[in-house]
Parts: sequence; C-alpha cells; structure tokens
Amino acid sequence: MRGMSKIVRTITNILYSFIIIFGFYIIMHGHLTPGGGFQGGAVVASAFALLVVSYGALKIKDMLKAKNFSVSECSGLLAFIGLGFLGIGTVFFYNFLAGKGGLFGNVIYGINPGDLNTAGVLPLMNIAVGIEVLSGLTLIILYMFNANNPKEEK
Amino acid sequence: MIYNFPFIAAVILIGLGVYACMFKRNLIKIVIGISLIESGVNLFLITLGYRKGVAPIYTNAPSGASMVLPTPQALTLTSIVIGVATTALMLSFVMTIYKHYKTLDARKARRLKG
Amino acid sequence: MNFLILHAPILIIAIPLLAAFATLLISKISPKLRNIFVITVLSFVLFLVLLLAHQVYTSGMQVYVLGSNQTTVATPSGYSIPVRIMLTVDGASIFMAIITAIVSLVGAIYSLSFMKKYSGLDKYYTLLLLMSVGMFGMEFTGDMFNLFVFLEILSISSCALVAFWTHKGEPSEAAFKYMVLSCIGALFVLFATALFYGQYNALNIAMIASRMKYSLLDKIALGLLVAVFAMKCGAVPMHMWTPDAYSKAPAPITAMLVVASQASLYALFRGVFTLYNVTLNCLTVGWIIIILGVLSMFIGVTMALPQHDVKRLMAYHAISQTGYMLLGIGVGLAVLGDTNALNSYGLMAMKGGLFHIINHAMYKGLLFLTAGAIFYVTGTRDLNKMGGLAHKMPLTAIFFMIGALSIAGMPPFNGFASKIMIYESVYKFNPVLSILAMVVSILTLASFVKVFHSAFMGPQLPEYKNVKEVPKSMLIGMGILSFMIILFGVFPDIVVNTIVAPAANALVNQGSYITKILGGA
Repeated sequence: MRGMSKIVRTITNILYSFIIIFGFYIIMHGHLTPGGGFQGGAVVASAFALLVVSYGALKIKDMLKAKNFSVSECSGLLAFIGLGFLGIGTVFFYNFLAGKGGLFGNVIYGINPGDLNTAGVLPLMNIAVGIEVLSGLTLIILYMFNANNPKEEK
Repeated sequence: MIYNFPFIAAVILIGLGVYACMFKRNLIKIVIGISLIESGVNLFLITLGYRKGVAPIYTNAPSGASMVLPTPQALTLTSIVIGVATTALMLSFVMTIYKHYKTLDARKARRLKG
Repeated sequence: MNFLILHAPILIIAIPLLAAFATLLISKISPKLRNIFVITVLSFVLFLVLLLAHQVYTSGMQVYVLGSNQTTVATPSGYSIPVRIMLTVDGASIFMAIITAIVSLVGAIYSLSFMKKYSGLDKYYTLLLLMSVGMFGMEFTGDMFNLFVFLEILSISSCALVAFWTHKGEPSEAAFKYMVLSCIGALFVLFATALFYGQYNALNIAMIASRMKYSLLDKIALGLLVAVFAMKCGAVPMHMWTPDAYSKAPAPITAMLVVASQASLYALFRGVFTLYNVTLNCLTVGWIIIILGVLSMFIGVTMALPQHDVKRLMAYHAISQTGYMLLGIGVGLAVLGDTNALNSYGLMAMKGGLFHIINHAMYKGLLFLTAGAIFYVTGTRDLNKMGGLAHKMPLTAIFFMIGALSIAGMPPFNGFASKIMIYESVYKFNPVLSILAMVVSILTLASFVKVFHSAFMGPQLPEYKNVKEVPKSMLIGMGILSFMIILFGVFPDIVVNTIVAPAANALVNQGSYITKILGGA
C-alpha cells in the first residue's frame, strides 16, 4: 500500500510519539487506574498502525522490523510466565514482592496518592503484558499489510 | 424495566451475529458476524454484573453499599483479548483463501467436498 | 520430588506454555537445539503427568489453588466460596492427561523428520506446545471460565496448525471452517457460563454443582454445552468440519487433533456428570447422547466407505469411533439415577467408553501417522494412485496393519478389549444398540481391508520404484503407539483396573468431587 497525503503524514509525525507515551502511561498505571497491559499495549500498537497506514508498508519497513517485534513479543510472554514461576516457592502466580518495601513498596490500603510502587508483582506483569500486546498487534498489522501486496513482500 | 434493555440488546446482537454467519456469503461478513456474537456475549456478561451502586474495589465505600461486580468485568476483558486473537487469525485465513481462490464468496471458495 | 508432586498440576500447564515461547527464541539460535528442547520438555511433562497420576491413584483427587499462600486450600480465610483460579485433578482428568501427554510426545517426535523440509518450523513447534497446553488446561481446570479460555487456546492453536501449509488454499479453507465453528461454539460456552454465574454467583464447577437447581436457564445452558462439545468432538449432525480439518492438517497434527476432540468429549462428560449429575433428567439426556453416538457410528462409517482420500477416509472413521465412546458414556448416563442398573452394567459401559477413548487415541493416532508416512514417500493421499508399498515399506505396513486390526476390533489388539466391554454392557441396556455397534465394526474392517489392499498390496508400481522406508523418528513415533496398542490389548484388565476405573468412578461420584473442594459444606 502506498502512503497517504502529506497532511496525514505531518499529523502522524506530531501525534504518534504522544500516542506511544499515552500507551505506556496506561501500562504503567495499570494497577491504579482503569486500563492495564492489554489496553496500553493496544494504544501503543495503534500508534504503529498509524505510522504504517500513513507512510505505507514499504517505507516503514526499515523502521518497524518484524523480526524485532517477534523477539520482544516472546520476551514479554516469557517475562509474564517467568514472573508466575518466580512465585512458585509458595504457589504459582503468588505475589512474592508485595509488602517487601523498597522499590516495590508496601501494599497501601485506603486513600493514597497513587504511588506506582505499591502492588508488588502486578506492575511488572502489566509491563510484560504491555510489551507482548504492543508487539503482537503490531506484528499482525505488519504481516497483514505485506500479505496484501505480494510485490512489496521481500 | 430499564435494566432489562441491555439483555434485549445482547440477544439482538447475538441473533444478528448468528444470522450473518448463517446467511451471508462473504467470508469477511462471516467474521463480522462472529464479532457481533462476541459483543453480544460480552454485553450480556457485563450486564449480569451491574448493580445500582458504587464502583467496585473501592476501599472507602460506605458499608452495605451495593457494588458493581468486578468478576464479570474481568471475564469480559479476557474474552475481548481472546476475541482479538481469533478475529485476527480468521481474517488471515480469509486473506490466504483470497490469495489462492481469488474470491471471497463462500459458495465458490469450496474445494473440499465429499 | 515432593515439590514436584505438589506443584505438578500447574507445572504440567505452565512448562509447555513457557517452552512454547522459549522455542521461538531458541530456534533463532539453532534448529537442532530447538528440536532437542521440544522433545525434552514434552518428555518431562509426560514424566510429571505419570508422577501426578501415581499421586492421584494413591491418595485421591488433587486440588491446586493459584495465587494464594497455600496450594490446597480452596476457600481462603474469610470466604465461604472458592474465589481463586483452581485446578482440580481427579481420575478422569489425569486419565485424559495421560493420553494427551503420550500423543503430544509422539507427535513431536514424528514431526522431527516429517516436517523437516518445510519452513516456519519455530512457529510450528510453538503452536504444537500451545495445543498441548490447551488440552491439559481443559482437562485440569476447576472453573467454567478457564474451560472457555483453554478451549479458545486449543482452537486457535489447532486451527493455525491445520492451516500450516499455506502454499495451497485448501488447508486455509478447512481451518476457516473449523475456526468459525469452534469460535461460535466457545462463545456459547461463555454464554452458558454467564447463565450459571447469573444464577449461582459462582464460576467454580463444584460450587455450581452444589447449588444446581436445574431451572429453565440451566436447561438452556445444558443444551448449549452439549451441542458445543458434541460439535467439537465431531458427533454426527455437527461433523462437517472433521473430515476437512483432519485431512488437510499435517499428519502429526491430525493425531493430536484426535486427542483435542477427545478433550472436548471430556468437557462434555465433565459438564453432564459433574455439573448436573442426578439433577438432570438422566434418561432423556442419556438417550440424546446415545442417539448422537449411534448416528455418528453409523453415518461416519457409511461416509467412509466411498472415500478414496486416505486421510479423509480415516477422518470419517474417527467420527464413527467417537460414536462408540458417546454410546458407552450415554448408557452410563441413562442409568445414572438407578443404582442397581448402574452397578450391573452402567459402570461397565462407562468404563468401556472411557477405555475406548484411550484406545482410539492410540490406534487412530497410529493410523493417521501411517497415512502421513505414505504421504511422505508418495506425495499423494489418493488411494487409487497407490499400490505395492509393502515391498518397500514393510515396517509401515506392519504398523498400519496393527492399527487397522485394532480399529476393527480384532482380538489381540486393544480395540477388541474396549469394544467387547461396550457390546456386553450395552446389550443389557438395549440389544439393538449393541447389534448396531457390531455391524459398524464389521463395516470398519471392510473399509480398512480396502485401504490395506490398495495401498500396500499388489505389484510394485513403477513410479514408486525408488521409495524408501520412512526416517527413523517417524518409525519411533509409530512404534511407541503400536507398542501401547499391543500392551493394552494383551493386558486390558490391568489397564482398566488401574486407570480406567478411577476415571469412571470420578465421573459418576459427583459428591466426593464437591466435598473435596468445598470441604464437606
């Protein structure tokens, strides 16, 4: 698919970094506000989708490499299941970091300012899911764009 | 009465989806039909959990206040995630079928018989 | 060792899941390492399953609760109902898990040579591992919602594998058909789950079962569950996806698809026996399942007779054999409320049906693998173009013969052992059904004699002058299954007493399942 007009490309240039940042914001605050790994990942992937649509699959090929996304997708999934395995001293998926203090903070009940370091292993899992989802969805978009144009596929 | 409307909407959505799957011949429309069924089921789940009251998992809720059930929301979220995967997979099958058969018509795209 | 036994239920699901995604990374390093890794993981899973099986048979049902601070406490402090994700492993679950583990390992070993010349193998092995995750999950899960999740994992991975050969259009067509059906089916399972949740405020199977009232909504949910799982296991009015998907998938995947359909069969039994048990109208529902079974048996075998695509023919036989299982279990269900009848022949029929599940997985897996071997050397699945292969491939011919005699119910093999159990017990329930089952068995034999004759016998054809016996890993895969078939056929009583009887008892005995989880409440 060829790229779209200059207006679309300019707007994309302005917007896509903000969309990515917003997506990561949703991922990071998954345990505090509505949203989480999947939703944030989908938002980030939509930024990449915007890039692909406005510039065309051919031009974007060097920037978004399917191979890298495939690696990061696997590592996200491995991190998620690995976090589950780390809790196996007590039970699989046990929240072994909760209440340990320090970087992961204590579990706070009641009104609180919404610190990021409060939920033990949950933010880490959100990040893992976020990485997996953003690369997975981007991969789907990239593959589907290439499959439409066998000539551009190389 | 007003709380029953979402149930009716869910049933209509599921019915439309089943209709699309059964009577539409375009493969992409069949996929859309499945998405409709999925939305209907999700709406049904969400509606089951609705209570007139406060938001769920709310620490300072007044005692005895009725809350929206959080479980159906978690279920719906999971089902949406699965739905994304199935829709993407089905669309890629449709793409492969189109590449080899040069048609999206379900009546023409059938070589497996007997 | 204690650690392994304690955590075995989750490890059996989580290790293949972890390995599935690690496979993608490892195959970037070296394909050989990946093959070794996959085989090692599946062997380890088989070891864990056997370990867990020993534990289940010696000390009863195992419960594993995720995320709490103790593994076995189903109801955390302060709650009277189980709220966490729970895995329950009783006789029936572990019985299915043994089948799954064996066939997955055999499928992976067989794939080593069979798939060697194709590209995209990293994804192939990932999906293969995911498929076994889906099956283990469906078998071990203790709540309705995770049943839906694992059902979807299973259908996504198996559909993707059916369409693995994308250089032709037909596999994608078959996969699309299968995907549409299983997707709608899974959504209706979710709908039934929602109906349960709305009424009983619980997702846990034991909790729902203990509160089961068999209201109108429960009847709707029962209809949905029976229809969906009967569709997924390929019972006759909903069987149209089976021949397409089975014949177009790569051979090792077809062997695993057989087990996947049996996992759905297990879900059907779990739903009918554990969720509803005696609250439902046993005779009616039992007869519905019996009729589904008889139809599958008869229509499957009659559709198989005129086929000339070898895998399509075997797929129709798979439908027909599924009928036997449904027949056996259906008879058990029909007499569930009647203790005398249950003890005199109902339990026997259920044991026959369950024993037929494991036998079917073995011999049908073997037959599909031999069909794959024929395809591997000749490049065709058309029976009219084959002939004289026994001269060049004696071992494959022997394996095929073992499988064919077993599926037809010849005495020294395992098919006979389970079929005779079904005939005897069903005869006491209704003689006509038993006679029908025997007729189907004879037709099956006729059909396989035809296949054996046209593929292996006769003069050597000039175009297959240079064919050789298939590579070693394929022979090993087929050899394991043949060994199991003969073992089960020679010592059926040991197998029935050790693994089949606990499964049948676990299904019938709903009370102990509920008590174990809810703690006598």
